[in-house]
Amino acid sequence: MKKIALLLAVATAVVACKNDDNGTPIPADTSVDFTFSHNWDGDEIENSDFDVIQYTNANGEELSISKLVYLISDVTFESVTTGEVYDAGDYNLVNVRQGTNLNFTPDIEIPEGEYLVSFTFGFDDEDNIDGAYLDLNSADGGWNVPMMLGGGYHYMRLEGKFIDNTSTETNYAYHTIRAADPSTTPVTLQDTSFEVDLGQIAIGSGTNIEVKMNLAQWFEDPNLWDLNVLNQMLMPNFDAQILMHQNGSTYQNSEGVFSLGAVTQ
Amino acid sequence: MKRCLIYFSLGFVLLSCSTDDGKVDGYTATPLELQIPQIFEDRILPPVIPADNPQTVEGVALGRKLFFDKRLSADNTLACAGCHSPANAFSDARQFSVGIDGIEGTRNSMPLFNLAWNYNELFFWDGRANSIENQALEPVVDPIEMHNTWSEAANSLQSDSEYPELFQQAFGTSTIDSVLVTKAIAQFLRTLISANSKFDRYLMGTAELSPEEQNGLNVFMDENRGDCFHCHGNPNNPLWTDNIFHNNGLDESFSDRGRGAVTGDPREFGQFKSPSLRNLEFTAPYMHDGRFETIEEVIDHYSEGLVYSETIDPLMKKVAEGGVGLSEQDKADLKAFLLTLSDPSFVNNPDFQDPNQ
Repeated sequence: MKKIALLLAVATAVVACKNDDNGTPIPADTSVDFTFSHNWDGDEIENSDFDVIQYTNANGEELSISKLVYLISDVTFESVTTGEVYDAGDYNLVNVRQGTNLNFTPDIEIPEGEYLVSFTFGFDDEDNIDGAYLDLNSADGGWNVPMMLGGGYHYMRLEGKFIDNTSTETNYAYHTIRAADPSTTPVTLQDTSFEVDLGQIAIGSGTNIEVKMNLAQWFEDPNLWDLNVLNQMLMPNFDAQILMHQNGSTYQNSEGVFSLGAVTQ
Repeated sequence: MKRCLIYFSLGFVLLSCSTDDGKVDGYTATPLELQIPQIFEDRILPPVIPADNPQTVEGVALGRKLFFDKRLSADNTLACAGCHSPANAFSDARQFSVGIDGIEGTRNSMPLFNLAWNYNELFFWDGRANSIENQALEPVVDPIEMHNTWSEAANSLQSDSEYPELFQQAFGTSTIDSVLVTKAIAQFLRTLISANSKFDRYLMGTAELSPEEQNGLNVFMDENRGDCFHCHGNPNNPLWTDNIFHNNGLDESFSDRGRGAVTGDPREFGQFKSPSLRNLEFTAPYMHDGRFETIEEVIDHYSEGLVYSETIDPLMKKVAEGGVGLSEQDKADLKAFLLTLSDPSFVNNPDFQDPNQ
């Protein structure tokens, strides 16, 4: 009975708010679709590329990618004409190997027009609330960060193997979180999420925006990454988190891992 | 206006084929809401219950009876519970279970609890079954387990004085087949919920951890020490498993390819599903092949015993050194913490015991 009541209520609401017979102008609101793609210096990364040692980072280490899961949030549209800001406030956990959530439509409709479009890599401190998101608690065995590191959520889990300087295949786990120094009381925290600015985009009905991630950049610039030194146990390493933040973002005008791809209407 | 029409149409379709009392195609069973523990309700997503097999009072009772009934096996000597004992958190204390012909299997029997929260819906150590219902199909006809045929099993139940009526009550038909048998068993299995350990009570604020247990939790959550949480959950995910497949560094080569044997993908050779750490106290021996008899042996494996192979999971640390090298104190405390995940009220729950006795 509940289902029927709900459907009738929804139907009534639709009738009440979308009357197309009375001549009132209806704002042309639209949702916006995003597609996330991934490459290594331009070479597209597909499922068959995982677990194959075939990439060479800027420091010269050969490596594979076994896992790439990351969180983006707060997709924001700032109108170029009115200055009004639209923020759905939701988030998306992209799992590249499993191919889940590669497409994302923020839960907001905006008037068609020109916008400055941006999103946050990870969660900023306002959203990074320990245990608050049941779907993230349930994802990937728990997307959480231990309380000894301030709690909250991972931003990214990038894992694989590399050939170390003794020619041995060695594991790496490049996990990004809010930087935390557990040696202090209380633990010292620094928000290392960052905003990704995609620039000005014309939003119309059916716009799809491709967001590209170049994984090579995580190891390249401005901090040349030596996997022999920094390969695992990076979560409790405050300084490593700062370095990862700088490589991922456009810190000091570095390239950053994200860029705008194709925009289709 | 088109949208309105669609909503109204949907409403009428639902009205015509389903009502709020669970009546489907003219038959009514008694809906039974799964009792979701508060600790799950507050932290993780709801359980997965297939639309074509809702929980009902009659279905669960029937499934429980079937789970403990030896007539599912070819010679009436082995029930599901023969290898999934309540006292062992529905696992088997033997390394390998023995089928009706005296033949051992090759993997340790998996414990059964909180299965409805396996969001990936991949069951068995290798994930070859994509639902609890499909998982329940296999043991009956496995030649080294119950070694029966489904037609024989269904005939045995059909000729019984009680079962046809029980199926009638549960599903609206007295004609018994494998689909309905496994649906009933799956309903029962979904009721096997464990969420009342000391650590659960600690999370709910009604129990305290000892200093040793607290340090063990820290070892579990510390990426520099145990780093168990990346595969085995955390206080915000009290399932204590990711239900994902990993090669945890047991062997250099694989006599059992695990997940890779199912998918055919060499990248998945030697991968097996992370089991839940709940109720470890009752589920020895450990690992997919039951090679470790004690929790101490398991901890030693991750601390000193890791072995490299091509598909070893990247989360395995310091593999060249055999592992992270925990101190003896940290090992003891980690075990103390793991034992706080024991839920005696689950293994002793009268609702989960043999109803046929």
